[in-house]
Amino acid sequence: MHLAYPAVLSALLFCTGLYGVLARRNAILVLMSVELMLNAVNLNLVAFDVWLSKAAQDTLHSGQALTLFTIAIAAAEIGIGLAIVLAVYRNRGTSDIDKLRDSAEGHESDGPDGDALTAEETGKAEAAA
Amino acid sequence: MTLIAATAAAAHATAAHATATTAAADTHGFLSPTGVEIAFLLVGLATFGAGLVTVTTRQLVHAALWLVVTLGGLAVEYLLLTAEFIAWVQVLIYVGSVVVLLLFGLMLTKAPIGRSPDADSGNRWAALTVAVAAAAALVWVVVDAFRTTWIDLDGPAAGSTAVTGASLFQNWVLPFEALSVLLLAALVGAIVLSRKAKAEMSSPPVNSRAVTGSSPSAPDSRNHPIEGNRLNEGTSQAEQEGAR
Repeated sequence: MHLAYPAVLSALLFCTGLYGVLARRNAILVLMSVELMLNAVNLNLVAFDVWLSKAAQDTLHSGQALTLFTIAIAAAEIGIGLAIVLAVYRNRGTSDIDKLRDSAEGHESDGPDGDALTAEETGKAEAAA
Repeated sequence: MTLIAATAAAAHATAAHATATTAAADTHGFLSPTGVEIAFLLVGLATFGAGLVTVTTRQLVHAALWLVVTLGGLAVEYLLLTAEFIAWVQVLIYVGSVVVLLLFGLMLTKAPIGRSPDADSGNRWAALTVAVAAAAALVWVVVDAFRTTWIDLDGPAAGSTAVTGASLFQNWVLPFEALSVLLLAALVGAIVLSRKAKAEMSSPPVNSRAVTGSSPSAPDSRNHPIEGNRLNEGTSQAEQEGAR
């Protein structure tokens, strides 16, 4: 098999994920796009490992081992990311990334300081009061 | 260049063809693809199309379901690349757990069922420009760099379970163990992030968070500040009381 097939597919999938990360507004959709990018990298690792294990007598199988590690790290990342998204949704009532602008400069924030977490808690307290 | 040429020649020597690099390149040409290449191309087109729909659809749940198609297509690509263990791990972890976790996230954040007009932000044209430019540059560089490189898929599978297991537990034991520690840290971190002041209720914390914690309401955050401080999660609660 020509090596360009998996490499080109991987590049296209990575750029699809890049578009999703930049263009999406919902935080969970951004996480899905990050998964697409990680999978593109996995495909590259597997393809080059299969090539090198036959071509260069590479006995470590580093590409496939790193793919397994990447899959595990992606699972951990999606767990932590969803926990953060859920915490933000509990505090703010939205998972819209464009509305989480508390740490932006030159923005009419309700908190006097630029700390995002403090402003977030202030917003929750004001919503609760 | 000599390495690539020698690689192409060595990969092709078993087929008893010409040993000159140009002849080897000619016998592989793009116009006579093998069956594996055709299958890879078709599955790759389906995968890429499903990925495009994933990042462009306006229905959030459909995006997760198209992501299943994308990840399943990638598993088939791994099978075509003779990496069968990676393929089944992909099916188990991505299709089995990550997508389900994403669907749970969509449900818990009350994502709109059906079309949501604001799924894309205002900078989608800038994002499209950046993505197309990156894709063009990457595809050009990759095709130019690996124009004369072929993967030899004959012989024993490079990614069978025996080979992968032997490699993983002979050469990669220490990263493997470190990864288990990282998974434990991620588990603890996810639990700590998702339990807040309502963890002292008698019902399980996940259910209580799913049912009552989805929208901040006045009695929930006003009834339990003392228990919240008692539960060693006093930093955010203290900040909240200070702000109040």
